[in-house]
Amino acid sequence: MTIKEIQEFAKDIRRTAVQLVHNTNTSHIGGSLSQADILAVLYSGILNISPETVDSPLRDRFIESKGHCCSSLYAALALRGFIDRNDLMENFCRNGSLYFEHVSHKLPGIELSTGSLGHGLPVACGMALGSKRSGNRYNVFCMIGDGEINEGSNWEAIMFAVQHKLDNLCVILDKNKMQALGCTTEILNLDPIADKIRTFGWNVIEIDGHDIAQIQDAFDNFRNNKDTPTFIIANTIKGKGVSFMENNLKFHYSAPNEAEMKIAMEELK
Amino acid sequence: MRTKFIKQLVEEAHHDKRIFLVVGDLGYHVVEPFAEAFPERFLNVGIAEQNMTGIAAGLAMSGYNVYTYSIGNFPTLRCIEQIRNDIAYHHANVKVVAVGAGYSYAGLGATHQATEDIGAIRSIPNMVVATPGDPLESEAITRISAHYNGPMYIRLGRAGEKIVHSDMPQDFKIGDILTLKDNGQATAVIACGSILDKARQSIEEKNLAHDLYSIPFVKPINKMQLKQIAESHSSGLIIMEEHQKSCGAGSAIIECLNDMYASGELSIYPKVRRIAINDEFLPIVGSQDYLRNIAGLSL
Repeated sequence: MTIKEIQEFAKDIRRTAVQLVHNTNTSHIGGSLSQADILAVLYSGILNISPETVDSPLRDRFIESKGHCCSSLYAALALRGFIDRNDLMENFCRNGSLYFEHVSHKLPGIELSTGSLGHGLPVACGMALGSKRSGNRYNVFCMIGDGEINEGSNWEAIMFAVQHKLDNLCVILDKNKMQALGCTTEILNLDPIADKIRTFGWNVIEIDGHDIAQIQDAFDNFRNNKDTPTFIIANTIKGKGVSFMENNLKFHYSAPNEAEMKIAMEELK
Repeated sequence: MRTKFIKQLVEEAHHDKRIFLVVGDLGYHVVEPFAEAFPERFLNVGIAEQNMTGIAAGLAMSGYNVYTYSIGNFPTLRCIEQIRNDIAYHHANVKVVAVGAGYSYAGLGATHQATEDIGAIRSIPNMVVATPGDPLESEAITRISAHYNGPMYIRLGRAGEKIVHSDMPQDFKIGDILTLKDNGQATAVIACGSILDKARQSIEEKNLAHDLYSIPFVKPINKMQLKQIAESHSSGLIIMEEHQKSCGAGSAIIECLNDMYASGELSIYPKVRRIAINDEFLPIVGSQDYLRNIAGLSL
């Protein structure tokens, strides 16, 4: 796919995600929008997975550890045919449906139910090690948040992945610089995060998480890297793509109202 | 118990390439036979139980039947949310194995005494809770676990427990209650875990007119067996365990009896006496036997 096509796909993801949270008055659109460009690249040829191969032992695994940001992942999966788009639009968060407000393994294409932060990376390590030990060759990608990395379990896994040379593991840190009650630097500052992770022994790549070419290059770097796990620090903007949502903590919680929805859809055309 | 566990696990691993053992930097002079025989299916993750449990889930999702192994509360309470979310919710094929049930590590203090683990884990959906009472039960449960495709907690004593059973029933399966002594007495003792030998000893030494059963699974419980025991002992049941009274085997049995009585499946509501730890941490040091007596865990 061309960069232009991937940008259009990212926009489609954003439109769908915003529509989902608006329809159901649900939370976490900010973090869903910050990761949209990364998802668009992952589901445009990086991940070796399709609706037909969701159960293949050789499929790549993608773990969405920041599970509250489900709306953009559901959108990507719907737009790529893993789940039915109309069904998603109609039933997201509805009584009796499987479209939970945090990502759920009950849906095709989702490996792990998350939402309690700090669970994805250890499981991703287990999957990456499983590939190494079983001989079933695949890559494991794990999206984590920069608030999420407050959780100590991530740091246990960060040590582990280097010790066991998990070069088939790629972590993407969606560094949108905000967490539940404010700025990450004011709550539990982990900067300079690149230096810290590099000191642990990872292959660290820092990029603009909204630049499609930079995201693609980072995944190329990961695929050519040997003996160390890769940690992509994607500098992103919470709420990216909708002006009044950008860097606005309100949209960690609130869904756009009718008037805001019109502006959002206009900006995401 | 742990010796029988590792011996049987090695045996199973010879026949089943899916069996994988993950340890949290514990198991000196226990896990070596497995590590030497199957280096590609052994892993010491270090002192990091949350990661150990998440890794086990990830390995299980890659096709392995994974055993996590550590002592006391480390593989259970320390990482209870990983057990709940990553293992149980996903029905991942992981067996959580803890050595040091109850006061096994008595002298190491309350931090190392596993006295709330049954309650914590039995409340989690999809978890089977196995509590072997002697080395033969440990061996049989390890064999059963190797062929069970789903999450299970295996609560072992430590090393050197006496064999209580003269033999194990061939058709022993998940949930079964085992009969040690059934002479038609009016009172039945149901022991959970390695305190089984103490129950047997007390009955013999004090010449108590009690039948004796072992309950090697707190969850699930074979209801028909429990009903039969309850209805055939007119003076009631005594449940003995090395665990907090509020949430252990005694609680599980009472819940089961209560539900059966309420639904009409059980004809009488038996008198149940519970011998368990009475909502306290013991303030003093001592051997396992000493602490059992201080806590009132005797017939």
